[in-house]
Amino acid sequence: MSSWVKGLITGIVIITLLYVLNAMMSKTGFFGAGIDDYTARILVFIAINIILATSLNLINGFTGQFSIGHAGFMAVGAYSSAYFTVNHGKQIENAFSFLGETGSGSVVLIIAVIIGAIVAAISGLIVGIPSLRLKGDYLAIVTLGFAEIIRIVILNIDAVGGATGYQVPGYANFLWIGFFAVITIVVVHNIVKSDSGRALVSIREDELAAEAMGVNTTRYKVSAFVISSAFAGIAGVLFAHYNKFLSTNDFQFIKSFEIIIMIVIGGMGSMTGAIIGAIVVTLLPEVLRNLPDIQFGSTVFRFADLRLVIFALILILTMILRPQGILGTREFGLNWLKRPRKTSEGTESVGADAGVPIAQQEEAKHLQSEEEKDI
Amino acid sequence: MDTFVQQLINGLTIGSIYALIALGYTMVYGILRLINFAHGDIYMVGAYAGFLLATLVFNSEPSIFAFVIVLLGSMAIAAAIGMAIERFAYRPVRKYSRMTTLITAIGMSLFIEYLFVFIFSGTPRSFPQLIQNDNYTIFGSATISASQMLIFAVSILLMITLQYIIFKTKIGKAMRAVSFNINSAKLMGINTDFVIAFTFAIGSALAAAGGVLTAQYNPKIEPLMGIIIGLKAFVAAVLGGIGNIPGAVLGGLLIGAAETLVVGYGNSIGIPSTYRDAVAFAILILVLLIRPAGLLGTNVQEKV
Repeated sequence: MSSWVKGLITGIVIITLLYVLNAMMSKTGFFGAGIDDYTARILVFIAINIILATSLNLINGFTGQFSIGHAGFMAVGAYSSAYFTVNHGKQIENAFSFLGETGSGSVVLIIAVIIGAIVAAISGLIVGIPSLRLKGDYLAIVTLGFAEIIRIVILNIDAVGGATGYQVPGYANFLWIGFFAVITIVVVHNIVKSDSGRALVSIREDELAAEAMGVNTTRYKVSAFVISSAFAGIAGVLFAHYNKFLSTNDFQFIKSFEIIIMIVIGGMGSMTGAIIGAIVVTLLPEVLRNLPDIQFGSTVFRFADLRLVIFALILILTMILRPQGILGTREFGLNWLKRPRKTSEGTESVGADAGVPIAQQEEAKHLQSEEEKDI
Repeated sequence: MDTFVQQLINGLTIGSIYALIALGYTMVYGILRLINFAHGDIYMVGAYAGFLLATLVFNSEPSIFAFVIVLLGSMAIAAAIGMAIERFAYRPVRKYSRMTTLITAIGMSLFIEYLFVFIFSGTPRSFPQLIQNDNYTIFGSATISASQMLIFAVSILLMITLQYIIFKTKIGKAMRAVSFNINSAKLMGINTDFVIAFTFAIGSALAAAGGVLTAQYNPKIEPLMGIIIGLKAFVAAVLGGIGNIPGAVLGGLLIGAAETLVVGYGNSIGIPSTYRDAVAFAILILVLLIRPAGLLGTNVQEKV
């Protein structure tokens, strides 16, 4: 089967699935089958977090630059697009009224997404050009600083509600949010598999060597940063128009940390890892909410109140027991089911290769095979 | 002029607290290259330890003696907790990548915060008054309170002690050696695990002192009080040049003074006082763009 047929079929399957899920979330349901609001909300947040994690993975996982200010760009996208829909949404809806209620709403949402992405990309460029001169922890703290400054500036703009919050019309539904999540995955996947993607990975492995090989490191780093910011902006737009209310508290640095946690838990530099990480980090606190109460004598001990403590413990234990994340840099796919693993994992200690650049690992393997030949 | 002196006194008060916390960040970073995000929470733990000691153990009249006991007690408790965190959370991940250790630190921070929310609930507690908080007039009409003077006195004393430990004692020499090169230090027979644990103990004790001093100055304590102040103290450490001890003090005082001056005079130059929390970051970004290793940091050239 040629690859475009495969792609077409996958596309149709995904869109049908999104459509069915979206119909199930509506009041009427899909042939009687429905999803309650709570579950629907979790599914939506999983999709939004997939956009955030996948896009941050481009800069942190594949390019190896340590950015921890993703929530700032999400805020830029959310607020800029919300300002547009609040002030011009109705006009555009009326202009496209011949498309029906859903159709005209979708037009507004698409324009909002474009605006949010562009504004977030521009702010990514403004932040990226000076910051990316810095390395490692210094870059991290500067991106964090920029994100906090963005948040405080927004907090002081009265036109978008300031400290009281901002009411936004709800144009986004699961169909669109899921669609943009898929778009993000496809775009980031294609970038990573392209020549530019190899350039990004070469910067991660060894910036000096990449530069010596003729890779324009600054250009690639800044472009990765801008693309990553644009997708964070899209996530912000979708969040704003689904949640229908914006408060700068949603974009505190803890949100940026949450996205970092997703990609590290899933495995840095793995596309499927970021997706799994987004799902796990969104679901885990909700699952822990249902922990049972246990009675000790007369006092009732509510485990559900401890859910964030347990979440933190799970996080620490994951890092101690599986420092490379759930998948490491590998990808999860259907071929995992087809062929048995080439090497048994038992011979290698967990995390022995964590932090070792791929090039060095390859070299080590190469040397090992040379040695074997000598024997 | 008098209001300027007043603003400066208030700014240096909060700056001294930033400096005390920043010292812990900078020492741990200097030795392990780890951003210890849980450090701001140790400051909170220190304030709560002081609160418990002061209400449960010493329910007495305000006296400087009670204050010293509470201060030393909470420093000891925080030092023990800091060592425990290092032993159980950071030591197992020390050999892994920077990202892994960073996430462990974030996890530890969340763990402490929400454990304290669970135990003490999120509602703020009032810290008991341990000393007579009289106001004294200096430089004409500027006033300084007893708790502010206490902050200056105790932080200067602690910084001198720290300087003595690092430059005049054997363990200090070992700390400098480990921060210079951990593997060579190990080869020279230094017990690096002990040195690292000791560094965490000192850093945590300083943060706890900051917590008790702040609680004495502004007697409202709550489990999430360490997040913002910890972040700013970290910014102070980076501003001064992370890993550099005088730099941390300089950064803390600078940020404290700048923040208070923005609140006091910002409106007249077009910066609303609500931008207070952004000041630290703005200064940091400007400084790092000009001096990428911070004010007093040395730029290490990457070798091929």
